[in-house]
Amino acid sequence: MKWITSASYKLFVYFLLSLIGFVYLYPLFYMVTYSFMNTQDLIDPLVSWIPSQWYTNNFVRAAAVMDFYNTLWQNMLVSFAPAAIQTAAAALIGYGFARFRIPGKPILFALVLATFIIPPQITMIPQFLMFRDLGLIGSVFSYLIPAAFGQGLKSGLFILIFYQFFRMIPKALEEAAQIDGAGPYKIFAFICVPTAVPAFIISFLFSMVWYWNETTLAALYLGDQLTTLPLELQKFATTYQRLYPVDPNSQTGRSLNEAINMAGTFLNIIPLLIVYFFTQRWFVESIERSGITGE
Amino acid sequence: MKLRHRQREALTGLSFIGIWIIGFLVLTCYPLIRTLMFSFSDVRITADGIKTEYVGWQNYNEALFLDVQFGDILVNYMLETMLIVPVIVVFALIVALLLNVSLRGRGVFRTIYFLPVIITSGPVVKQLMDQGATTLPGIQDVLEASRLQEQFPGVLADLITFLLSSFITILWFSGVQMLIFLAGLQKLDSSLYEAASIDGASKWESFWKLTLPLLNPMIVVNIVYTVIMQSIFALNPVIEYIQDAMYDPALGMGNSAAMAWLYFVAMLLMLAVFVFLVRQRERTR
Repeated sequence: MKWITSASYKLFVYFLLSLIGFVYLYPLFYMVTYSFMNTQDLIDPLVSWIPSQWYTNNFVRAAAVMDFYNTLWQNMLVSFAPAAIQTAAAALIGYGFARFRIPGKPILFALVLATFIIPPQITMIPQFLMFRDLGLIGSVFSYLIPAAFGQGLKSGLFILIFYQFFRMIPKALEEAAQIDGAGPYKIFAFICVPTAVPAFIISFLFSMVWYWNETTLAALYLGDQLTTLPLELQKFATTYQRLYPVDPNSQTGRSLNEAINMAGTFLNIIPLLIVYFFTQRWFVESIERSGITGE
Repeated sequence: MKLRHRQREALTGLSFIGIWIIGFLVLTCYPLIRTLMFSFSDVRITADGIKTEYVGWQNYNEALFLDVQFGDILVNYMLETMLIVPVIVVFALIVALLLNVSLRGRGVFRTIYFLPVIITSGPVVKQLMDQGATTLPGIQDVLEASRLQEQFPGVLADLITFLLSSFITILWFSGVQMLIFLAGLQKLDSSLYEAASIDGASKWESFWKLTLPLLNPMIVVNIVYTVIMQSIFALNPVIEYIQDAMYDPALGMGNSAAMAWLYFVAMLLMLAVFVFLVRQRERTR
């Protein structure tokens, strides 16, 4: 009897989880099926989920509109490089806060957390002017410099992750090295960094994704010289019309339709889906591993 | 000798966090103050540099009272956030509770539920929303059939329409919060629940009397996180408006600086209200 209630309870939970999972992924299912539809399928009321044929021309067009390969490389540059630098900086800063008695440390650490609350919109105008004077607009350095000084996208969060991580490393380990004559920098580089590999991976992955998806700062700092996939998607319709002007004499579906839009959106997230496929464990275990919820 | 040791430690520590202090002063503190100064000035970008002229509260006056749109957008953003934040936090808690049941294959579900955190960018969500893919077809029909606009006063109808029409993408913002709750749930001491059940508490009671109070710190963290994420998301109408104003030569940057500060203050105000409400609940217990 108890076995039955427990089994039906589990079944019910499975049902709920699957239902929520379906609702959750619904926009993506929609996107995938629509991206493969041709013009006939789009207007045919009988075709609602499965395209009559897997029409891939939408992707060819969408890729041309976004200049996919070039944009992809640039997007990788403006997300991987700042992510790596931000992670390195957050590790140094987090270690400094975790290990050393520094006068005024509680106040400084509170300010680190406060930087997480300050929206970038409020600092971006003067920052933009500053970078413009330095001639950094349109170069990846307008991303790298804040990242290197621990003021990048959500840097405060990453500093907190490293802070928690380094505090969990037993002090005895470092004291042993100290007795063997290692200085603080050596201890950091050769003892603490290797034990904090998970924190590095988590921090790098999250930074990468957030820099990848950033559009507000990207539009401002990267200027016309650099572009990203989300930025290209933002002006998708405009670029499309420039590239494929509507020809009044032909009826053969030159104009932008839902399918091409969805193909563009799909192309936009494919790189991230691939990254997620290989690294999802690091993402979903990030919170437990980093101990960010406190002990 | 002792003092020297301490001093040396402080110096070593500073060599680690020094980059942060410099960065904070130059890239956060200085811009923050400069935006504040801009907000009280008429800022013009000319060929020979930036010209500022002190104008007092004029920019704020302009943004709040003369600008027909900004006030509405700001109030709407606050209402939306006040509505969305509880929805997201409660949803995250429910999903975390479901995922905490020991089931085979819950890792797969966890992976699915976290996926939106990876792919959510402003343009992607906007494309999906424009396509009507962010809500289930049934909900859309209900929306059209119920003629909300006629039954509710304007603002409320807009809010409900917004909530229903972008229903799924709102839930998409709960990935991180869900993991935070899940981590919290997994740390709960099972002996507490055994004791409660021996005392005759039902599962329902022990959820309200044990789980929820113990999760309180995580609720606060999640509320703060959600408010911030909602506020800095690229599709936030306030952000779009401020950004457009930045490039508007008629208004100048002083105006957008004032709006940015107003919006920051509005965000802090909401955070304060939420944290106060949660604390209040804690005390009445």
